[in-house]
Amino acid sequence: MSMGDVTFYLFAVSLLTGGLLTVMARNPVHSVLWLILAFLSAAGLFVLIGAEFVAMLLIIVYVGAVAVLFLFVVMMLDIDFAALKAEMARYLPLGALIGVVLLMQLGLAFGVWEFSDGVDARLGNPIPPLDQAHNTQALGLILYDRYILLFQLSGLILLVAMVGAIVLTLRHRADVKRQNVVAQMMRDPAKALEMKDVKPGQGL
Amino acid sequence: MTGADLAILIPEIVLSLYAMAALMVAVYTSKDGMAATLTTATATIFVLIALYIAVTADGTRVAFGGMFVDDAFARFAKITILLSAAAVLLIGREYMQKADILRFEYPVLVTLAVVGMMMMVSAGDLIALYMGLELQSLALYVIASLRRDSVRSTEAGLKYFILGALSSGLLLYGASLTYGYAGTTLFSGIIETATEGDMPLGLLFGLVFVMAGLAFKVSAAPFHMWTPDVYEGAPTPITALFATAPKVAAMALFARVVYDAFGGAIGDWQQIVAFLAVFSMFLGAVAAIGQTDIKRLMAYSSISHMGFALMGLAAGTEQGVSAMLIYMAVYVTMNIGTFAFILTMQKDGRPVTEISALSSFANREGTKALALLVLMFSLAGVPPMVGFFGKYAVLLAAVDAGMAWLAVAAVIASVIGAYYYLRIVYLMYFGENRDGLDGRMGAVQYVGLLAMAALIALAWLPGVNLLGLENMAAQAAETLVR
Repeated sequence: MSMGDVTFYLFAVSLLTGGLLTVMARNPVHSVLWLILAFLSAAGLFVLIGAEFVAMLLIIVYVGAVAVLFLFVVMMLDIDFAALKAEMARYLPLGALIGVVLLMQLGLAFGVWEFSDGVDARLGNPIPPLDQAHNTQALGLILYDRYILLFQLSGLILLVAMVGAIVLTLRHRADVKRQNVVAQMMRDPAKALEMKDVKPGQGL
Repeated sequence: MTGADLAILIPEIVLSLYAMAALMVAVYTSKDGMAATLTTATATIFVLIALYIAVTADGTRVAFGGMFVDDAFARFAKITILLSAAAVLLIGREYMQKADILRFEYPVLVTLAVVGMMMMVSAGDLIALYMGLELQSLALYVIASLRRDSVRSTEAGLKYFILGALSSGLLLYGASLTYGYAGTTLFSGIIETATEGDMPLGLLFGLVFVMAGLAFKVSAAPFHMWTPDVYEGAPTPITALFATAPKVAAMALFARVVYDAFGGAIGDWQQIVAFLAVFSMFLGAVAAIGQTDIKRLMAYSSISHMGFALMGLAAGTEQGVSAMLIYMAVYVTMNIGTFAFILTMQKDGRPVTEISALSSFANREGTKALALLVLMFSLAGVPPMVGFFGKYAVLLAAVDAGMAWLAVAAVIASVIGAYYYLRIVYLMYFGENRDGLDGRMGAVQYVGLLAMAALIALAWLPGVNLLGLENMAAQAAETLVR
């Protein structure tokens, strides 16, 4: 076994362990931590096959942003996962039955899987050979040239998501005191403070 | 990417830029104070874009390497979508204002949803299909729960979102299987590999999953469960939107996928579509009988109508696609008229949706009752209303394609379905006299109701000839079915 094989099995085992324990862990915070381990192992696997851009993306976007956000959400929302699981247990037999049937059917499909004629030519088509362009460049070429329409469309989808989040959650409250930046900056120190000479025994 | 590619996308680009500009202007000025103006402006823009598409119609053009297709079929669907969305925005404005939910994001989100729908009907690629679908759905999920202080509206949005996500998952899984087999996401590439008779099991699975996802979007049974709850829970103007434009977009997308990508294997998807059609027609007809809420009734009615439209698709012929397009155009017209009425159903200043409130309505409001009678007859498919011609076209297509059993089933379902439409007419004219609806109808809704009813009642006359709808649909179908 070469060094590469050893590393592959190492990452593969930790990926599978992380994935399994994400689902099995009782404490949701632990689940998220296991998920981060799974992401990191997957990133390692990507590096092994030479897709370093995807690997970095996985670490920066998924581990750095998404998983940490998950962690905050899980910690801040007080969700009783045990109660949710109890509710789910009622439908488990039916769900498991459908799942098993589907799994068997899909196994059937994959067992006799075949590719169309000339699939290799079509698959290789969009990406330039790796010796001509490294994969960050190849991805950029596809994403911002060939798939520019889809790239812009995903931008619109994100805009909708943002507008939607604001529409559904933002409430303008009239009963809170807000910072008024202009008033703060226009404040004149000479007028803000007034000296009063209070005579003993008289008061104001 | 070249200028020529962008020129083909001008309607979509203009609409997206408009949405962003409207958003910025409203945010930096009077916010919700702009909402009413924006709604009207958006409707105007929709109509102008529809005119632009009609005027610049020019053969079949593809952009971005085949990802975006602009042909007669796409144009027919886009014009229907734009005009119906404009009509819905206009008739719903007053209701939204009264209920205090007319926010400036509403017209913006509707515009972005319409951009998504236009991408859907022009999709020439599995990824473009998915992007269009998500853009549309995401905007619709948000506006379904626009009345966020109402439990039912939020529930409608959440239900729609979760089930929509599930269906998107199914669709994506099917798309990935298709890609795995064909090695390309372009429809033009898939159709070369998917040929009649020797569809491998994997591709067949992909096709079934994609169709299940699409069936959810057109709310065909057995993927219809979300429809009644979402229709009932969402504010009525938004229900009117759900019942019209997205249905046209999803149905057109359905047709595009089965013909553009799987047109070489008609026999393989025909039976699935036929099953969806029969199931939807019967479920819609039977389940609607017990409904007491008119919005739920319209939900089941739309399920049943989708069954009829799918029957045209199941025929697998050019005639069938043309019949499907006619049916959808007629369906949208009837729904706009009916919702223009439902929007103004109120009692003591509060909107009501109970069917029983219509009792003896004809004694008080003769004209409106007559218009509603025309619409109900048309929805039921009573000749000589235009709804009958829509049904006739799909039945004829099914019979000509040798699917007489499907046509017979459709006629039976339509007879069952006629019961609940006629019950509304019965209630209005012969129901016992009690204080039902009051309140005045706004001018826009009144015009909408009367115009649609007149269109439905008179468009079949020899001189009018359905306004040339049949010709346009036939041309559109010709470009799709090759």
